[in-house]
Amino acid sequence: MSTSDYDPACLPDLLPLYYRRLFPFSQYYRWLSYGGVSKNYFQNREFSFTLKDDIYVRYQSFTTQNELEKEMQKMVPYKIDIGAVYSHRPSQHNAVKSGTFQALEKELVFDIDMTDYDDVRRCCSAADICSKCWTLMTIAIRILDRALREDFGFHHLLWVYSGRRGVHCWVCDDAARKLSVAARSAVAEYLSLVKGGEETVRKVVLSDPIHPFINHSLSVVERYFQQYAIVDQDILGSKESVDKVLAVLPEDIKKDLAVSFKDEKDPMKRWNLLCDLVLRKKSNSKKGGQYFDKEIMLQYCYPRLDVNVSKGVNHLLKSPFSVHPKTGRISVPIDLKELDTFDPFEVPTISLICEELEKPRAEEAEEDDMKDKENEQEAGERRRIRDYKRTSLAKYVKVFDRFLEAMARSRKGEMLKKSDLQKDF
Amino acid sequence: MQFPGRRKKVIGSSQNDLYDHCLQFYGQPPLENISLTEFETFAVERLKLLKSVENIGVSYVKNSEQYVKKLDAEFSSLNFPLRTELGDRRVQGGTSEYEKRRKDHISHFILRLAYCQTEDLRRWFIQQEMDLFRYRFGELTSKHKTDFLHKNNLKYETVSAEEKKSLKDKLITSSYGLSGITVEEYDFYKVPFQDALDLVRTRKVYLLAGNAYIPHHEIVTIVLNDFRTRLSKALAMTARSLPAVQSDERLQPLLSHLSHAYVGQDYSIQKNMGKISLEQIDALSGKSFPLCMRHLHKALRENHHLRHGGRMQYGLFLKGIGLTLDQALQFWRSEFVKGKVDADKFDKAYAYSVRHMFGKEGKRTDYTPYSCMKVILSNPPSQGDYHGCPFRHSDPELLKQKLQNYKVSPSGINQILELVKGMHYQLACQKYFELTHNVEDAGFSLNHPNQYFTESQKLLGGGLEIKKEVDMSQRSQENPANMTRPSQANSKQAHEEMGDLDSFFQDE
Repeated sequence: MSTSDYDPACLPDLLPLYYRRLFPFSQYYRWLSYGGVSKNYFQNREFSFTLKDDIYVRYQSFTTQNELEKEMQKMVPYKIDIGAVYSHRPSQHNAVKSGTFQALEKELVFDIDMTDYDDVRRCCSAADICSKCWTLMTIAIRILDRALREDFGFHHLLWVYSGRRGVHCWVCDDAARKLSVAARSAVAEYLSLVKGGEETVRKVVLSDPIHPFINHSLSVVERYFQQYAIVDQDILGSKESVDKVLAVLPEDIKKDLAVSFKDEKDPMKRWNLLCDLVLRKKSNSKKGGQYFDKEIMLQYCYPRLDVNVSKGVNHLLKSPFSVHPKTGRISVPIDLKELDTFDPFEVPTISLICEELEKPRAEEAEEDDMKDKENEQEAGERRRIRDYKRTSLAKYVKVFDRFLEAMARSRKGEMLKKSDLQKDF
Repeated sequence: MQFPGRRKKVIGSSQNDLYDHCLQFYGQPPLENISLTEFETFAVERLKLLKSVENIGVSYVKNSEQYVKKLDAEFSSLNFPLRTELGDRRVQGGTSEYEKRRKDHISHFILRLAYCQTEDLRRWFIQQEMDLFRYRFGELTSKHKTDFLHKNNLKYETVSAEEKKSLKDKLITSSYGLSGITVEEYDFYKVPFQDALDLVRTRKVYLLAGNAYIPHHEIVTIVLNDFRTRLSKALAMTARSLPAVQSDERLQPLLSHLSHAYVGQDYSIQKNMGKISLEQIDALSGKSFPLCMRHLHKALRENHHLRHGGRMQYGLFLKGIGLTLDQALQFWRSEFVKGKVDADKFDKAYAYSVRHMFGKEGKRTDYTPYSCMKVILSNPPSQGDYHGCPFRHSDPELLKQKLQNYKVSPSGINQILELVKGMHYQLACQKYFELTHNVEDAGFSLNHPNQYFTESQKLLGGGLEIKKEVDMSQRSQENPANMTRPSQANSKQAHEEMGDLDSFFQDE
């Protein structure tokens, strides 16, 4: 079992090992350099570290991959966050004339946190998750991924498991990194359908005409709704949850359903009754545009974003491949091709992968050792590559590699286009 | 007159080329010499126009029929270009279309000089110019709209007929009020989503591959965004070249007058200092205080205390109506002492803050009384606070009760509540003014509590007003007649205008 052995008290011992032999520095550096197209892009990037005993340091920046490695191995951060690319090196921000040190670019990011759904999930609450409510993340990823690609035209999205109770999305396109605060907030609002806090009962309101984006999102939700909401979450089972569902409906429909539910106990049949009733009311109603059944589906399943995370150009977000100190799990990229089978409980913990490192090595390993003796510098890197390949981390680094390949190809395509335009041969 | 720092040459010297469209983006500054007289006249007229835009915008729903009608009238009387073709015959004795466009161009740039200096001024100027632009663009014919877009390099692609057909259903459902027929007939523009943020944010447009598909009639939103960005940048640049302009003695007095015409409403200049006695305050609070201040005064009298937010809002208002520092100290002390605070504590803790308000402590900034905008938008009241705007911050039920207590008629209360529902808080207060003073029309656009007080006192014939101001209110009634005069660039008139400038700005 992946989790069985994780104990937060071991972090001080595991982290140094992780940063020395497993953290994929070369891919990480490759990502954040974005092909070296912009000068100093990596050097002006802010990182923040949370060290042992909750000591928080901001404005960390590094000039080379080597420096990044050395510092991380020295400081052994418990948490790593990535911030914006600034106008100057963040580590020297105090030396810069006040007002001129500014955040210039950053990936467009989204943070979906399971606790934001506490009012609509019954299986867990707060920091807990289980396989039943994980479906919410699957739905969120499908809806947002489609919208960001098809509606907004973005291509390079990195979805990452946060390590405990949610997922992050890093939109890495050139255009995305250059977006203003206003643009980011507009994108986040476009993607928001569930509005209101504690005081709001009916959090989704639909009216004619229904925007194509909402229709697309509904078709995703519909695919999962029966199994997730009616069966797993059993929202039409107990009186308490039925009341909650009915609370968003107008009085007349509520009354009718309360009556029919007395005789009909099967949740699936109850749902059908609800939908039929809404449909009937709609065709009778002069107002038109009564979509209560759809509103319920969206309120229970549609992704809930924190707009503030996406808005700020300088907002710091947990880094991929960092460790979650409470669960020990690595923040790994999610392969969308295998989304339906992704299991957060199968994500490797730091203790697991460190354990896997210690396993006896096969024959090929000895040959590689000989090669290493020839060139020590590359040896370190090669060893590290071999090392993570021996652990459960391997497949996730592969996902990351594919993501980086796609970006590199697209950059090449752009350069060819540009040189064609300029008629350079 | 050279505007420093900008050297773009205008290609093509014929009149027709320069002002070939009645609307423009004001990208190029004017490059001719004009007389001081014309300079001043143009500036004042545009300012009048912008103020009308502001007032009409508060009194009527923007771009509604009445709004358009009223603005049309302003345009004619002030001689600004409407939608006619350049070559149109001159209205007998009036200004030609060309001359109107030239005035539009030059006056805009002059006002930039006056309004680039502070954040507030810039914001106001940009807001009015945008409303003005939106109104004028909306009045163009479809062809003229397209002409304008092309002339200004807004090369937004139109969506091809085939694409429209394949996307027809999606286009119909993304924008309100479109049918299959309109989609076929109207032009749609493909605009990068970053240029259409307002439509994207509210999901009022179809998005595909990063492009927003905008129907022709919505294109104004896009154009406005562009206009705002350009103007904002231009003002920042203008601010930087300002010192050179201000050193010209001929211009400096006019420019500062122009910008004070807007700022002059801040009531930081106390005209009536010492004219109010403390005994009058109770009576005045019922007669001439706006609801927010009446509420604060009552709370102070009842609780013998106000928290910081309330002390600031009410204290500065009292300063604005003419209380001296000594009077203020006496006022607050006498009230607080009736409560839990003894005289010593008052002197130690609260007196300092009163003196601070009058600019006698710390930074020695003479704080200005809060405008309605500030009261409505910043620092919302929490439990135990009495500040803020009752129309904005009070629960409608409580507001209704309060108005009933103050003997406002039920139909009046309903009108007020309607305005509150529509979020027109200042109009609601204006309505309260009209109901409590028994007038049909307040005769002013409310945007400051002290303005409420001044206007109320004017109406009630309070002896507090300095004689000069009574003259002003008479003269303001003559102004509509005056407004047609500037069309004749007669130097004698212009001189009178100059003299009138002070008075014009003061009675705002």
